[in-house]
This record gives sequence, C-alpha cells and structure tokens, in this order.
Amino acid sequence: MNTATDVADHHEHEHGAPSGIMRWLTSTNHKDIGTLYLWFSLFMFFFAGALAMLIRAELFQPGLQLFQPGVFNQLTTMHGLIMIFGAIMPSLVGFANWQIPLMIGASDMAFPRLNNWSFWLLPAAGVLLIATFFVPGGALAGGWTMYPPLFMQGGIAYDMSILAVHILGISSIMGAINIITTILNMRAPGMTMMKMPLFVWTWLITAFLLVAVMPVLACAITMLLTDRNFGTHFFDAAAGGDAVMFQHIFWFFGHPEVYIMILPAFGIVSTIIPAFARKPLFGYVSMVYAVASIAFLSFIVWAHHMFTTGMPVGGQLFFMYTTMLIAIPTGVKVFNWVATLWRGSITFETPMLFAIAFVFLFAIGGFSGMVLALVPVDIQLQDTYYVVAHFHYVLFSGSAMAIMGGVYYWLPKWTGHMYDERLGKVHFWLTAVAFNITFFPMHFLGLAGMPRRIPDYALQFAEFNMISSLGGFLLGASQLLFLYIVIKCARGGLPAGNRPWDGADTLEWTQTSPPPYHSFVTPPLVK
Amino acid sequence: MRLPNRPDQRVGPSLRAILAVSALLAGLLPAQVHAEFGLNLHAPATGLAQNIYDLHTLILWICCAIFVVVFVPMFFALIRHRKSKGHPAAKFHDNLAVEVVWTIIPVLILLGMAWPATSLVLSMKDTGKEDLTIKVTGHQWKWEYEYLGDDIRFMSNSSTPKEQIDGAQPKGENYLLEVDRPLVVPAGKKIRLVMTASDVIHAWWIPAFGVKQDAVPGFIRDTWFRADTPGTYRGQCAELCGVGHGFMPVVVEVVPEARFTAWKEEQKALLAAATANAGKTYELAELKALGEKVYTANCAACHQANGAGIPGAFPALSGSAIVSGDRAGHIDIVLAGKPGTTMAAFGKQLSDLDLAAVITYERNSWDNKVGDVVQPSDIAARRK
Amino acid sequence: MQAHTDHDVYYVPPPSIWPLVGSVALLTLAGGFSMLLGKMAAGPYVMALGAGILLVMLFGWFGAVIRESLDGKYSSQVDVSFRWGMVWFIFSELLFFAGFFGALFYARNIALPMLADSQLLWPGFSATWPSAGPGANAVPTPVDAWGIPALNTLILLSSGATVTWAHWGLQKDRQFQLKLGLALTVALGIVFIALQIHEYAEAAFTIRDGIYGATFYMLTGFHGFHVMLGTLMLAVILLRALAGHFTPGRHFAFEAVAWYWHFVDVIWLLLFIFVYWL
Ligand code: HEA
Ligand code: HEA
Ligand code: HEC
Ligand code: CUA
Ligand SMILES: [Cu+2]
Repeated sequence: MNTATDVADHHEHEHGAPSGIMRWLTSTNHKDIGTLYLWFSLFMFFFAGALAMLIRAELFQPGLQLFQPGVFNQLTTMHGLIMIFGAIMPSLVGFANWQIPLMIGASDMAFPRLNNWSFWLLPAAGVLLIATFFVPGGALAGGWTMYPPLFMQGGIAYDMSILAVHILGISSIMGAINIITTILNMRAPGMTMMKMPLFVWTWLITAFLLVAVMPVLACAITMLLTDRNFGTHFFDAAAGGDAVMFQHIFWFFGHPEVYIMILPAFGIVSTIIPAFARKPLFGYVSMVYAVASIAFLSFIVWAHHMFTTGMPVGGQLFFMYTTMLIAIPTGVKVFNWVATLWRGSITFETPMLFAIAFVFLFAIGGFSGMVLALVPVDIQLQDTYYVVAHFHYVLFSGSAMAIMGGVYYWLPKWTGHMYDERLGKVHFWLTAVAFNITFFPMHFLGLAGMPRRIPDYALQFAEFNMISSLGGFLLGASQLLFLYIVIKCARGGLPAGNRPWDGADTLEWTQTSPPPYHSFVTPPLVK
Repeated sequence: MRLPNRPDQRVGPSLRAILAVSALLAGLLPAQVHAEFGLNLHAPATGLAQNIYDLHTLILWICCAIFVVVFVPMFFALIRHRKSKGHPAAKFHDNLAVEVVWTIIPVLILLGMAWPATSLVLSMKDTGKEDLTIKVTGHQWKWEYEYLGDDIRFMSNSSTPKEQIDGAQPKGENYLLEVDRPLVVPAGKKIRLVMTASDVIHAWWIPAFGVKQDAVPGFIRDTWFRADTPGTYRGQCAELCGVGHGFMPVVVEVVPEARFTAWKEEQKALLAAATANAGKTYELAELKALGEKVYTANCAACHQANGAGIPGAFPALSGSAIVSGDRAGHIDIVLAGKPGTTMAAFGKQLSDLDLAAVITYERNSWDNKVGDVVQPSDIAARRK
Repeated sequence: MQAHTDHDVYYVPPPSIWPLVGSVALLTLAGGFSMLLGKMAAGPYVMALGAGILLVMLFGWFGAVIRESLDGKYSSQVDVSFRWGMVWFIFSELLFFAGFFGALFYARNIALPMLADSQLLWPGFSATWPSAGPGANAVPTPVDAWGIPALNTLILLSSGATVTWAHWGLQKDRQFQLKLGLALTVALGIVFIALQIHEYAEAAFTIRDGIYGATFYMLTGFHGFHVMLGTLMLAVILLRALAGHFTPGRHFAFEAVAWYWHFVDVIWLLLFIFVYWL
C-alpha cells in the first residue's frame, strides 16, 4: 500500500545510509537516532544497575562492610538519578523515535537535525555525570531529589551534576518539541488524531508534560547553583529563603516526571496486549481521555511527597484528595486492559508475558501509591523502604518491564530477525520472579520502620534485607541474559518477515523488516 | 519496651532466611497476628498510632479486595481464552455502560477511604492544649532537646560503638537504635514538640507514636503525642542528612509522672554543678580524656577517629595548620563553624568545658604536639 | 496513490555535523564552568573554547537552514513544523519564568509569614516586603517602579509596536518599512538593556541581599538576558532583511523572532507588576 521503496532514489533523498562511524555521529534518520537512544539507555541501565548491585551488597548484612556511608550515599543517589534520566527516559524517547514516524506514516521526525542534537547531548551529560565519581569529594550524595541545604554541602561534583541535568533538560525539551510537532504535523493523510495508535497518543501527552516541567526543573537547579556559588539565598531561612520551597518547585517537576516515565509505558502495553489477544483495544477513546486526565492531575498532586514537611492541614488534605483521584483514570486503564484480554484469543510470546506482568505488578505499585497518598499513613511510611518498594514496582515492573516487552515486540521489526523466543521466556520468568523477591520484602521493611537511604540498619531488618539482596543479584544476573538476547538478535537469526505477529495491525508492520532507510518518503493513505 | 520482631540471634543466617521466607508467605494472612516477624507497622503506643494502624489495615483490605476483583477475571481470561485452547477472539471494543460503572465505583471507594483519613489528619494536626512543650533541634547527627520553661537542655548522640558497626564486636540488641541520653517524658501527658534544625533537614520519627516530622532549618514545625504506657521507644532520623543519616537514632523514655519530676530535679542539679565548675582550671590529661569522648561523639564522623579526615570532603586535623597554630583561630572555627560547609558552629551545641576538652584533645593528638591546655574560661572569653 | 510533486515531499536534511559540534560545545562549556567553580585556573579558557565552538555551530547550523530555505526546500508543511516548534519552545520558556515567579510568590506570601511565626527562632521578626530575612540587619530599598522601570515598560511596549509595524510592511512588501521597523526595534532593545544596566549599577542592594535581592536579580536578570538574545536575533533578521531574504509569503524566521520578542514583552509586564510595582 505504500510507495516507500520505489521513491527511495528520489532526487531530494539520494542520501542513503552513510557508512562507518559518520552514519551515527551525523545522522538525521529517526531510526538510526532511535537505535542510538536505545543503546545509550541500555548502557546506562547497566551502569545504574551495577550501582544498585553495590547497594544491595552493602545492605546484605547489618554493619558497614564494603562502603563508607558517604560512598553509599553516592551510590544510591547516582543509581536513582541515572536510572531515571539515563535509562528510562532515553529508552522511551528511543521508542518514540523509532515508532512514531512509522506508526503515523511520516517520513521522519519533524526536525531531523535537532533530533540528532537531542541525542548527542545525552552522552555529553553522561560524561559529566559519570566524571563526578572521580572528582575530589566524590559524586552527588544528597539523593536524586537534591534537597537543600544538604545540597549546599557538597563538592564540585554538585555543580557538575547541575550542569549535566541542565544539558539533559535541553535534550528532553528539544526531543519533546520534536515529538509534538511530528505528531501534530506529520501524520499521513487520513490518520486523524483519534485513529492514532495509543502509543502515539501517550507520547504526545508525555511530550507536553516534558515541555511543561523540564524548564521548572531547570529553574529549581539554577537556584541551587546560584545559592551555592553566587551568593543568592533562595533556600536559606536566615536570609528569608526556605529550603522547603525547593521541594515544592522540585516536585512540581518531579511528580509529572514519574508519569513521563509511565505514560509511554502504558502506550507500549496498550499496543502489545491487543496484538496477542487478537482483539482490538477495549475503550480506545476512554484510554485517551484517561491519559489526558492523568497528565492534568499530575500537575496538582506534587506535595504528596512532602506530607511530613509540616504543611498546613488544608494543603495536606488538598494534595491527598487530588492524589487519590489519579486512581480513577489509572483504574480505567487497568480495567480496559483486562477487558481487552477478555474473550480474546490469547498467546504468550515474550512481549505478552512482559505486558501481562506489567498490568499485574504495576497495579501492586499503584495500590501502594494509594496507601502512601493517605496523609496519616504516609506520615508513618514517608522515607522508608515502603516508598522504595512502591516506586520500584511502578518503575521497574512498570516502566522497565514495559520497555523490555516493547523491545521484544519490535526487535523483529528493528533488526529483521526473530529473537530467541525460548531464551526470551527464560529471561522473563527470571526477571519476574527475581524482581518480586527483591522488592516485595521492602514493603515489610518499610512498615516495620526501616528508613531509606541508610547504609546500615538495625538488626530486626536483617532477614528481609538478605532476601532482598539475593533477589537483587539474581535480578541483575538475569539482565545479562537480556543483553545477550538483544545482541544475538541484532547480529542475526531467523528472518522476521514484515509482520511476525499476526495480531499486530499498526502501520509499521506494513513495512519491510528492517524498514527501508527512508520509509514513507511519500505518505501512505490511511483509510 | 523491646522492639517486636527479632528472631533469636543464635539462629544461623540460612535458617533465618527460611524463617523470613515463611514470614513472607505468612504475610498473606491477617497481618496483625504476625507482628513479631516485622511484617506490619510497629505496635502502636499512642492513640494516633493506633488510628493510623487501623487506617492502614482498612486500606490494605480494600486494595486487596479490588485486586481480587480485577485480577481474578484477568487470570480467568488468561487461562480460558487462549488461542491454544481454540478460543476465538471476540470483536467487541467498547461498552459505554460498563465504562461508566467502573469509573463511578472507584469514586465511591475513594470517598470511603478519604473520610476516615480526613478526620485522622485533623486530629494529628491538633497541637493545642499541651501539657509540656519540648523544643527539638536536629543537628548533623544528633538531636538536641530543650524543655521550654524548664531550663533543661541536652544533646542526644548515638551510643552504638564504632566497633559494632565495623564488625569488630558483636552487635548489641539495640544496634543503631540507642543513644547516650534519651528524651524523657511523662506518661499520659500531651507532649508538644516544636521542631527545627541547625544545618540541614532532619526528620524526627518514633514509629510507635505515629509521629514523623521534618525539622527544617530556620522554621518551627510542631507535632504532638501522648504515650500512656511507660517504656523505651525507638526510632531514627528519617530524612537524608549526610553521611551520618543512618546513625542518628531517636530514643524516648516514657516514665511515670513522679519519676519525671525527680528526673527534672536531677538535671537541674547537674546543670548547677557544671556552672559552679565554670572557673575551674583543668589538667592536660583530664581534658584530653574528656576531649576524646567529645571528639568521638561529635567530630569523628567527619574528621575520623585518627584525625586524618576524608580527602576532598573533610580536612585532616592531624597536621592541620589551624589546629597546631594560634589557639584563637582554632577556637573560633570550632565555635563558629565555617558557613557553607558541613563544619557546624559547635559553640551552640557544646558546653565550654566540652569545647575546651575537644580543642585540647585535638591540639595534642595524632601528629599535633602543641602541648598547651585550653581552659573553659578561654572558650568563654572568645564567645562574643 | 496520488501523484506527488516536489512540494509534497517533506524535506529530510542530509547527515549533519552541527548537532555533534553543538554537543561538544555544551560539554566543553559546562566542563569549563565546572572548572571555574572549582577554582581551577584553566576554567575560563575552557569556557571560552566551548563558547567559540558553540558560535561556530550556530553559524554553521543556521547557515545551513537559511541556505535550505532560500533554495526553496521547505514545503508549506515544513513551515507549519517550524511554527509548532517555535510555539512549544516559547511555551517551555514561559514555564521557566513561571518557576521563578512561583519562587517569588512562595517566598513572599508563604515562607516569610511562616518565618515570622517562628518567633522562637527569630524573635521580633515580622513579615514585610521587601525583606532580606530575619538574619539580616537591614531591609533592602527597592527600585522605584515609576522611574526607570516605567520608562523601560514604555520602551518595550513601543518596540512591540515597531516590530508589528515592520511585519505589516513585510506583508505588503514594503521593504523600507520592514527595515526601518526592525532597526527601530533593535535600537529600542539596546536602549532597554542600557537602562537596565544603569539601574543595576544604581540599585541600593545586590543579589546577595537575602530573598529580595535573589528573586529580584534572578527574575530581571534572566529577563534581561532574554532581551539581549532577542535583540541579537532581531539584528540578524535585520541583516537578512537588508539582504532581501524575506517575501510576503515566506518569512517564518521573521515571525519566529517577532513572537519571541512579544513573549519577552509579556514577561516584562509581569515583572513590572509583581517585581517592581506591587
Ligand atoms: C512510574 C513512576 C510512578 C508512578 C506511576 C507512581 C504512581 C503513584 N504514586 Fe508514586 N512515586 C514514584 C513513582 C511513581 N509513582 C517515585 C519515584 C516516588 C519516590 C520519589 C522519591 O522520594 O525518591 C514515589 C513516591 C510516591 C509518594 C510519596 C511517598 C513518600 O515519599 O512519602 C506518594 C504519596 O502519595 C505516591 C503516590 C502515588 C500514587 C497515588 C500513584 C498513582 O498514580 C497510582 C494509581 C494506580 C492504581 C491505584 C492502581 C490501579 C487502579 C485500579 C485497579 C483502580 C481501583 C483502585 C482504587 C479505587 C484504589 N508516590
Ligand atoms: C527506573 C528506575 C529504577 C530501576 C530500574 C531500579 C532498579 C533497581 N534498584 Fe533502584 N532506585 C531508583 C530507581 C530505579 N531502581 C530510584 C529513583 C531510587 C531512589 C534514589 C534516592 O534515594 O535518591 C532507587 C533506590 C534504590 C534503593 C534504595 C537505596 C536507599 O534508599 O538507600 C535500592 C536498594 O535496594 C535499589 C535497588 C535496586 C535494584 C536492586 C534494582 C535492580 O532492578 C537493578 C537490576 C539491573 C541490573 C543489576 C543491571 C544489570 C546487570 C549488571 C550490571 C551485571 C552485573 C550484576 C551481576 C552479575 C549480579 N534502588
Ligand atoms: C559534618 C562534618 C563535620 C563535623 C561533625 C565536624 N567537622 Fe570540623 N570541619 C568539617 C569541614 C567540612 C571542614 C572544612 C571547612 C573548610 O572548608 O574550611 C572542617 C574544618 C575543621 C577545622 C579546621 C581544619 C583545617 O585545617 O582547615 C577544625 C579545627 C575542625 N573542623 C574541628 C572540628 C571539631 C572540634 C569538631 C567536633 C566538635 C568538628 N570539626 C566536627 C566538617 C566537620
Ligand atoms: Cu538526620 Cu537524617
Ligand atoms: Cu508523586
């Protein structure tokens, strides 16, 4: 139905894939740039994951064994920061790059050159961040949330990290503008907004969130920078500032940020489930509205991270109610996924396994979020391992597992080869089981009173920490399998054909696998 | 009070792991029964904590119920509606009525959850009509308690020996949850805490009381509790506050009213004795011995027990120009700290005697052999 | 499929080195800045190098865009993309300022009263604005809103008018009106900046003077920086207008800069009201 291949030598587009390193350094091709994003995020995932392994090794037993407290704080901070900004966000942008133009029938992203810049800023920021481990005083150690006044006490690494996050912010904002413009302006004729695949919708709304909140983060950390170096007193009470003000501004960014990490994951799952249930997505329209409502609500819930700072009671109640409201649109999504499965013709290929585990485990994380949303209960649980359990359920079994599912789902399209299905299933089961061994006990630890961000703990927490560490090591080792499977698939394997999944019906499956270097040079007509 | 939930220390790690796995499974049973395995919130010691406990239990059950209602159908579909079982795919993809229903039901559930939570929030915020007000100040990494109106003020430091943390000694029963001087309060009285911090944000937390409150530098935040049963209650600082964050326990001793009055008298007597000694002149050895204790409690976390500091973060005191130089400069930096760094103004935290002792100790330890003695009166003279 | 003319094909630029150069530039700049903050002597030089690379990149990149534009490679669809891109860019800038305004409102209306409530720590402190906080011994004297700031308001508003007048000229292909309007706008921008610098030099307080000084200089400083950028961009547009780059039908670059200028204008009005006046 498309004329993509026969116009490949159109005179304006004679530049095919340049060869060698310059292909990657100078690319204006959304697929190449998407690939770069994905590899970069995989590297960062392993880097931050390795830090997590060190955290779990120190917490294996009570007492200080491997690291001094200062180093431990660097490990947790950099683990959190890199997972969020280096692993999850870039990989989702990688998906956006690869899939959005293919799914809406566009020839490329709206601003191909800018797209390349968005990517190449990431390694720059990554270099700056990782270099902080080697400067005097060591890396950032005040938590990924960077709260002052603790933040004022750090060394040069703190300033470097601020600049790195600024660069990441520029990358995110430009990437998001690119995505919004692509979706609004590059859809193939006939591809109306309400015909777009849900993945595209989730990214449209996510990109909006990014453009709205990344500048606010930039503002918050700029104030940190000037407070540290140029004599301003935004966060110093004696000069009329307020440390808690930082928390307000940070979480005004930070809460939407967590939805930035989950909404595209919703999109991936909403693509995979119908494909393997062989049934159209249930309630497409309400899914779109649900995502939009979540995005809207995400702007007015931020202070639920601050219930123990001593807000006035009116503030506590307002933020509790708005936070609870998010359960409604999220519930709609969960119910719709279940309804999509209902009376389908279901098969369990690896992507589907990840998607189902996502629905199930993300819900657990959502429920612990509801528990935290209630002010009195949060007073007990704030800054304990219960919170750590909550956010790993939504971030690992949520975002990260959706990403893995998405990788399996689209690998055949990206590489032209089938991945090893048997190994994929092994990877899934190892991950799912090890994940729960690692993080489920953290609920108990938190309830029993173990604070987070501590290198050493009281004796009654020893058992669960040991279990959690063992699970963590298994979880880490299982990801090596993932790496192996991806590399193996990239290098060869059974040809995938245009459409390896019989239930998949979005536009990218009409292209060859891998798609031609320039796909949809002239837009296809969508009926 | 003993902390609940510690399996016997003699049991080997592997057995402990097995115990814990069964505890994990047991978690599926009603939580309260298994409190001794540490699966649930602490046994409450105040009315508020009890209410929080009950609210949590309620929410947990509601969530479990929703979970079952949502996922039983999902697993039913996963088992029955499989292609391998020959199940054909239905074609429906919309049903307005169903969607309206499953939007409205959660609204109702949420209202049911918000109601008890709201009334509890209101009572937690009700700090009026207190019997006793105590000012709590968080410092890196100790708590300061000041009984307002009673002229009692002291520091509460972690008392877990470094050897236990480093594994050179077996860990004690209250490892990391013990202090040299706990907060002492009368039973059955409404205690109002007004909280602040001197350097960074800390959080004062006793799980059994249901109290966790951030201590924000420069601001006063208040909270309250009323504990009826005498006993020792333990908690920790719950806001990342630097390298000593994990070593900043909170211990409260709840004592009967009569004991509390007696304790107050004792404190005042001690204080009076200290003021009486203010003009006294001390020997080098005496001060060094006391100074070592003060150093370990207050300075060693950063400057290290051997005075070597941590390069890049905390300067070495051994061989430091300030420490072996002019005593005024040395006294000043300890009194006033260094703004913008972690070096706090210890003048506000330590007595003249303690300061004299620690400064004398620093000037005569490790590579420093100044040989002079700094007297409490020297400190008093440099305080402006 | 219907037949496609050249213009239906969305222009995908060939591989380009500029993005990579831009990343190297920012990395060098940030690295140099870190060195400067770490009091390393080489810092300023590394920063200068980074800024130099950034300039090369800007010339290279914008040069390529202008060439492509003049070559007519941009279909009307590309033009729409540019418009969306600029809209969302300005939106993100708006949010950046919103953060600082939020800080101002929070500090003034929430934090200060709370500090005044903390009498135990700050006996006798009362919440008034301007304030340098309970630890300061003097209250900063603010700049009089009806002096230079009011004049600057007038200047920026007229510059908004002149740039619109220039746009009308362009739409009707009156090149002289276009050039004159632009030149006037650039001149007004320069006057604004000069007055702002004068105001800073005369001000009775500095950025170190507590929360008032911090919010004042941060907000007006970032705004001033944006005015400078805007003036520079207007100057480039003026040069391009002199070179005859714009036609009534095709002048997106002009419009983008005009939008940006209006945005800077709106921010100034908010500044005038909330920072200088109220
Ligand atoms: C992907 C990331 C992600 C997502 C999606 C969420 C989702 C939610 N989060 Fe979470 N959260 C984090 C990442 C995320 N969070 C992180 C990283 C932190 C810690 C940051 C830090 O301090 O370092 C955190 C911390 C955090 C806190 C602060 C804890 C503390 O520090 O004290 C709170 C408190 O309210 C909270 C609440 C919620 C809620 C209510 C949701 C809701 O969106 C969940 C909604 C979902 C459901 C409820 C399940 C499905 C719904 C149904 C089946 C319908 C029926 C249900 C009901 C009627 C209940 N989160
Ligand atoms: C998307 C985000 C994300 C992801 C995927 C993860 C993944 C993991 N996290 Fe993460 N975590 C955060 C985001 C995330 N985390 C955040 C935001 C914080 C808060 C930080 C803060 O407090 O400021 C945090 C904090 C945090 C803590 C609390 C630290 C503390 O408070 O003191 C712990 C403790 O166990 C932990 C553990 C883990 C583990 C074991 C994994 C595992 O899932 C990781 C598995 C992956 C790998 C291990 C990589 C692959 C394998 C190798 C590198 C090979 C080598 C390994 C072996 C051979 C064993 N994390
Ligand atoms: C939280 C960490 C911390 C603690 C606790 C601490 N210090 Fe310091 N100290 C520092 C830092 C950081 C500096 C360096 C300040 C600077 O940049 O000049 C410092 C500097 C000093 C110096 C000057 C040394 C030099 O050569 O510059 C002396 C003396 C000193 N501290 C004494 C003490 C004493 C006495 C105590 C305990 C009563 C103490 N410190 C507790 C962090 C700490
Ligand atoms: Cu004090 Cu953590
Ligand atoms: Cu949140």
